[in-house]
Amino acid sequence: MSVEAREKRQPWILLSPALGAVTMLLLVPLIFIVVYSFWLRSATGPDVVGFHLDNWESTLTDPFYRFILFNTLKIAAITTVICALLGYPAAYFITRSSGNKMLLLLLLMLPFWISYIIRTMSWINILGSSGAVNTFLMSIGLISSPIQMLYNEVTVILGLVHFLLPFMVLNIYVSLDGIDTNLEDAATSLGATRWQSFLQVTLPLSLPGLAAGGLLCFVLGAGTYITPLVLGGPQDAMFANLVFEAIITQLNWPLGSALSMALLLVLGSLVAIYNRFLGMSQLTKGLG
Amino acid sequence: MGWAAIRTYTILVYLFMFLPVAVVVLLSFNQNQFGSFPMTGLSLRWFEALWNNEAVMRAFRTSVVLGLLTALISTTLGVLASLALVRYSVPGKNLITTILIAPILVPEVVLAVALLLFLNWLGIGKSFALLLAGHVIFTLPFVILVVQARLVGIRRDVEEAALSLGASPVQTFFSITLPLLMPAVAAGGLFAFTISFDDITGTLFWKPGGVETVPTQIFSMLRNSISPEINALGTVMIVMTVGLPLLGAAIARSMALKRGA
Repeated sequence: MSVEAREKRQPWILLSPALGAVTMLLLVPLIFIVVYSFWLRSATGPDVVGFHLDNWESTLTDPFYRFILFNTLKIAAITTVICALLGYPAAYFITRSSGNKMLLLLLLMLPFWISYIIRTMSWINILGSSGAVNTFLMSIGLISSPIQMLYNEVTVILGLVHFLLPFMVLNIYVSLDGIDTNLEDAATSLGATRWQSFLQVTLPLSLPGLAAGGLLCFVLGAGTYITPLVLGGPQDAMFANLVFEAIITQLNWPLGSALSMALLLVLGSLVAIYNRFLGMSQLTKGLG
Repeated sequence: MGWAAIRTYTILVYLFMFLPVAVVVLLSFNQNQFGSFPMTGLSLRWFEALWNNEAVMRAFRTSVVLGLLTALISTTLGVLASLALVRYSVPGKNLITTILIAPILVPEVVLAVALLLFLNWLGIGKSFALLLAGHVIFTLPFVILVVQARLVGIRRDVEEAALSLGASPVQTFFSITLPLLMPAVAAGGLFAFTISFDDITGTLFWKPGGVETVPTQIFSMLRNSISPEINALGTVMIVMTVGLPLLGAAIARSMALKRGA
């Protein structure tokens, strides 16, 4: 074999295990569940192979599913907005602080290393019936028995914000950190107030980071089923809970396939729109 | 808004991020018989209870083995792919990168369902093998992103020097490239281990009945009744996934300093 031909083949040899894994463990399985979503569950034997639209019909027309989908998107949207409002000033502060920037950044990375289930359940210690807030209120005599603060939509959103906020802060930080501070100085020296120069120079330049953080918060928030199970009540199910129910509890895999595909289509189209206008590179920046 | 106001706001945001977790650690040392507020004194009784809880210890062993195997496989696949992407001009590089990071672009629930149904159809039902396959595919993109970022910083001329002095490509890889690559390999492996060790979303779909990992064990303890050991288990997990990487970084740094001196 010539040297040149070998040069050409080498990268493919290096790539093939990873590409093979992604193909066999993700791409083909995704195509497979598209097919599976047209099969039918049978009460007695194995699922019935064929082309049946029943699962898709219930996924798309069942008012309960539609309500849950709407609820999921609403919760994800509220979470994203709160994350942006909490995260932007914090990211701005980290970017412009001089002394303890490294410490602040290190602390910002820490939540990524702390398990999601622990961060979620930690709120039970705070808001639960024998949690910090109830214990405190009872000890000062404001209430005589614990009040129920957990297991509602507010605590689901709280848990999601707590989980997703670091993604938002990190993405905004990466974007703000890349802005030349001279631009803001130039604006102020030309007569703009600090606030004006922020609104007209810094904020627009940091929008890609805000958008990347927003997309991550929304997609990760809308795809979760653990937070509603731990911090929500029975009425706070999100769309991924429907998938979990269908697959694990009811063992209705054809319906579960259709529901999963619906979730993928909704969230995937958001990612596609984002990719069309902003590209993927901003999203991966935060990880490097 | 003044600078002082932004600072106060940031401190509050950090408190929001860390206070609940700090409470988990605090309560895990609580002497109180229910393990909840108020704090009545410091004790290690909940850690002792964990140590004697066979189900928890089994979950712990499962998680460690799964995490190590995931890290090993995922890092191997990831380093090879990253080498190809950074060191060679491959046609269609953008498309390949997108395919390789696709597992994090797809919602984890969907990935979990697809993998479960497909492998089950192939005859691999809920099992440790399915769990491992899932963890590998889910951690691979993170490894590739981290390793690629580190690889870009390694200079090629050292390798070229070795090659021009007569070393074979394989020799060059093992005596030059791999040592230079070690920090990237370690970072990728650590990342894969942590993500695998923490994962619950996919794991609940893939795990066979009776097998628990630490996160699913915590989850079932939460659902059945809030047992006081749970905070201690949380603390152990935090030490595993935060303490160990920090320790690793500190050791790497002190070794680098020594070598430099």
